[in-house]
Amino acid sequence: MKIHEFQAKGILRRFGARVPQGKVIDDPAQAGPICEDFGGRCVVKAQIHAGGRGQGGGVKVASSPSEAERLAGEILGMQLVTHQTGPEGQQVRTVLIEEALEIDRELYLGVTLDRAAERPLLMASRAGGMDIEEVAQSDPDAILRELIDPLLGVLPFQCRRIASGLGFEGGTARQIQSIVSSVVAAYLETDASLVEINPLMVDSKGDVYALDAKMNFDDNAMFRQRDVAELRDVHEENPLEVEASEHGISYIKLDGSIGCMVNGAGLAMATMDIIKLYGAEPANFLDVGGSASQEAVASAFRIILSDPAVKAVLINIFGGIARTDRIARGVVAAIDELAAEGTPVEVPVVVRLEGTNVEEGRDVLERADFDFLVADGMATAAERAVEALGG
Amino acid sequence: MSILVGESTRLIVQGITGREGLFHAMGCRDYGTEVVGGVTPGKGGSTVEGFPVWDSVERARRVSGCNATLIFVPPPFAADAIMEAADAGVELIVCITEGIPVQDMVRVKAFLRGRDSRLLGPNCPGLITPGQAKVGIMPGHIHEPGNVGVISRSGTLTYEAVWQLTNEGLGQTTCVGIGGDPVNGTSFIDVLELFAGDDSTEAVVLIGEIGGTAEEEAAAWIGEHLDIPVVGFIAGATAPPGRRMGHAGAIVAGGKGTAAEKKAALSAAGVLVVDSPAEMGARLSEALGR
Repeated sequence: MKIHEFQAKGILRRFGARVPQGKVIDDPAQAGPICEDFGGRCVVKAQIHAGGRGQGGGVKVASSPSEAERLAGEILGMQLVTHQTGPEGQQVRTVLIEEALEIDRELYLGVTLDRAAERPLLMASRAGGMDIEEVAQSDPDAILRELIDPLLGVLPFQCRRIASGLGFEGGTARQIQSIVSSVVAAYLETDASLVEINPLMVDSKGDVYALDAKMNFDDNAMFRQRDVAELRDVHEENPLEVEASEHGISYIKLDGSIGCMVNGAGLAMATMDIIKLYGAEPANFLDVGGSASQEAVASAFRIILSDPAVKAVLINIFGGIARTDRIARGVVAAIDELAAEGTPVEVPVVVRLEGTNVEEGRDVLERADFDFLVADGMATAAERAVEALGG
Repeated sequence: MSILVGESTRLIVQGITGREGLFHAMGCRDYGTEVVGGVTPGKGGSTVEGFPVWDSVERARRVSGCNATLIFVPPPFAADAIMEAADAGVELIVCITEGIPVQDMVRVKAFLRGRDSRLLGPNCPGLITPGQAKVGIMPGHIHEPGNVGVISRSGTLTYEAVWQLTNEGLGQTTCVGIGGDPVNGTSFIDVLELFAGDDSTEAVVLIGEIGGTAEEEAAAWIGEHLDIPVVGFIAGATAPPGRRMGHAGAIVAGGKGTAAEKKAALSAAGVLVVDSPAEMGARLSEALGR
């Protein structure tokens, strides 16, 4: 799960990190008085989940309250396009108005999981404002790394090593040590999967601020992170993906024309891959889950079809715990319901069933009031789905 | 011959009084696995479907002499269940549970260091030695005893591979699902080492997916140590970067963990990489000259 910058800064402040003063607004008229409070200068920052907001024109400096109002008016409501949003962009619904600070140096600070080491990894670099992945490519030695013991958290000597490695001493070094410790504590205690402060800023007086902040969280830990879970902003997510998650279905919208329904994440990815091998593009990733109920299957089928780009559907089920007859019944039920609602299914549906109760499953499809294209094996299924597109 | 499970396996099921736990305890028993009972805290002393239930793994081990456990405990309590089993000294811990917080698994891994238990999973289908023992949730009937070892991060895609092998007349020594989470108990290399030491395993099918570097590490190990045919497939060539594809561990992050990188590493190590998931069985058959 992702959250907005202002929410991440709120969490980091709670853990003792210093962040610029700021307020979130959704009405441009509120920008003027806030800018006034900050001494007549401020930064207006679009709040969307995607990165690259500055390059896309979503972050601007205002040197007067009236300019702040004008800029807030321009940014609020705009479709902000960044390298992470896709060409259609993301609508800006709120902006963060922050005090403008004198930047002396920009650094990078981040914590994420090191999968190979199976521990959290703290990273810092002097190259603030750059993508850490780029730095890792071009100058890997420029990144300071500290593995965090999950049972102990970050240790004081590690904080000192980061501060001195970044080239600081005295009061600024102590502030760096403090923010490192805050960031790791926030990561561990909120079940974050990523905390990134980029840039971490040192001002002309030597004071340290988290100038930007990004936090992602482990979806699987949200049962014990209720405060964090409440920060979810469904406006930032694809509506079909939100609907699918409400039914316990894992669905990701893609750009192709063959809708896929599969049980199991690995088989679902493999099905997308084989569609591509046969010359077409998958319209989605969809895993109905291991114990797919008839209802979940029916919702999954409706979600796939509500994407207007879908010109054919490929259902690939290997029944283990999930019985193939139950899945077949779910599909037939969804097709019958759609017909009764006056929106009959008009795209070809290719079905490949294998595994538990496969005979019953095929029987259900045969007796249905719909012409399924039944296929044996993944290759034939993909081939038939791609052929069906052309016809 | 086989690895990890076989005729000497004495299995308990943690979470045996839950719907899934009981269903699969019966499924494993029906397949022929010696399921000696189960554990549910607070329900010790009772019996379900003929299985004795104990309050703790320690008690279960003392009474039953179990050497393996299969965990169906819900995510908030699963890490504790794994550590309890390790503390009791159970040799093989197989965790089926999907959705355990990553930081719980990071702590579990720290806890397991220096202990003798092996953890398989979580978020895995378990493992099976065809004809001997099934310790998991896979459909047993698609398997045949034979000489191919199967290792995979996926569930149903493993069934697909096994089905292809069985249809090619290629039976399996042991099929091992290591799970789709970013932090898991047993790695590809751990299982490859076991297959390398198993005389009856004459070939291996390795099924990876996007995310992390486990396949690259496996490739390096295969290149140096393994001289039997290995067929490889990596799922997720078409997955968009930055998105988690169902499995918590299946994500291309910062341009790393792509299917292309993994396939290249495996090919360089001599693995017979197939681009089509429909060709895993046929490719191995060809490599074995059948």
